[in-house]
Amino acid sequence: MKPVAFDYARPETQEETLELLTEYGSDAVLLAGGMSLGPMLNLRLVKPSMVVDIGRVSGLATFGAVAGTVATGALMRQSDAMDNRDLVSALPLLSLALPWVGHVQTRNRGTLGGSIAHADPSAEIPLCLATLNGRVALRSRRGRRSVGARDFFLGMLTTARGPDEMVVALEWPEAGPGEGFAFEEIAQRHGDFAIAASACRARIEDGALTGITVGLAGVEDRPVVFEFDEFSSDPPDDPDLPGELAEFISQDIEPLSDHAASAAHRRMLARNLARRTVIAAIRDAQVAP
Amino acid sequence: MSVLHRKGGERHRVELTVNGKARVGHAEPRMLLSDFLRHELGCYGVHVGCEHGVCGACTIIRDGSAQRSCTQYAVQADGAEIRTVEGLSNGQGLTALQAAFKRHHALQCGFCTAGILMSASAFLVSHDNPTEAEIREMLSGHLCRCTDYHGMVQAILEVSKSGLEDE
Repeated sequence: MKPVAFDYARPETQEETLELLTEYGSDAVLLAGGMSLGPMLNLRLVKPSMVVDIGRVSGLATFGAVAGTVATGALMRQSDAMDNRDLVSALPLLSLALPWVGHVQTRNRGTLGGSIAHADPSAEIPLCLATLNGRVALRSRRGRRSVGARDFFLGMLTTARGPDEMVVALEWPEAGPGEGFAFEEIAQRHGDFAIAASACRARIEDGALTGITVGLAGVEDRPVVFEFDEFSSDPPDDPDLPGELAEFISQDIEPLSDHAASAAHRRMLARNLARRTVIAAIRDAQVAP
Repeated sequence: MSVLHRKGGERHRVELTVNGKARVGHAEPRMLLSDFLRHELGCYGVHVGCEHGVCGACTIIRDGSAQRSCTQYAVQADGAEIRTVEGLSNGQGLTALQAAFKRHHALQCGFCTAGILMSASAFLVSHDNPTEAEIREMLSGHLCRCTDYHGMVQAILEVSKSGLEDE
């Protein structure tokens, strides 16, 4: 399939991009790596009159860590993120999830910010950002703001980004001492859209479990996150705990039903993936520095 | 700094380096890179399967990395360095990788093969001594409906062990 005819603009700076967005508003789409937008254009699921190619905009493929927060520029490529040693050690959850994002041939173009802005409910990068309670940095000619990831995703392919705004960076809380992480996914084939995926962070302080966060993708129309910080028993190796949390989660969600899986099937997958990631994250936290 | 504008419905000049040669063609903004390589530049080794990034048949090497050519547009790639399957061999016979594919029956109909050879070529540059699992992970970005991938895995393993890949 071929896209409908569109006008094409290729800015080189953020300021030029914001001017174009102000001028064209919701008639324009931003093209970054194109690994989600490209298929949607080709299948004519979107028919924009203007495509703004931000692939050559300077200063958006950055990486930096300050005071416990890692900032990744919107245009950082997924494959570059996987190869970045500082990122891998600061953001273990993201580095566990990235191998599930498409294939090497798509990760070589796909960007972190593009996946966030696209907001596919089954996508791994939005799941990680929401699970870690990170933030999305946005910029428009009106100014800058940042939105918590758990408020950014509003529904299927829908975000809090305004038509004149662009995602410029993602802000990730760096992994802390005693924190462990796990990521699991079920798809029809590796690299395909997740039918369900689970991300988990567990925190152990002074030998006691003090926090578990479980995020799910592919289950509802946006990432869903559960925080647990009170446990009936403190030992991190309580064998009943992962199953109990997973059961609670699976009863609380309202799973989607589509061609890939029924709601009942998704609920079962969510329960199993949540339990597995809780077990693995606690185990990881037990050996964490 | 300035914004490049390209009007929809009109053809614009696009310059690429393809298999080491400077090439020029014309493309509407909506023209896929895969179609541009085939129909403007005659690189019919770029196969077109699904046209939405799933099957991997159109995989090329752009600026050193294996990428889909159906989910990018020719105007986006202006100035890029592209390698297609036509550029693998120097015309004097098969490369070590191509010969290993033949020896291990790593293809049947051959439709997916052009893209897989490009992924495997890029992969071998960055992986001196790959494991079977790494090879299968790389191949997961390609659909082959004839073979079971086993011959491809064996061929790539053999080339990596022999150090014959002429990259």
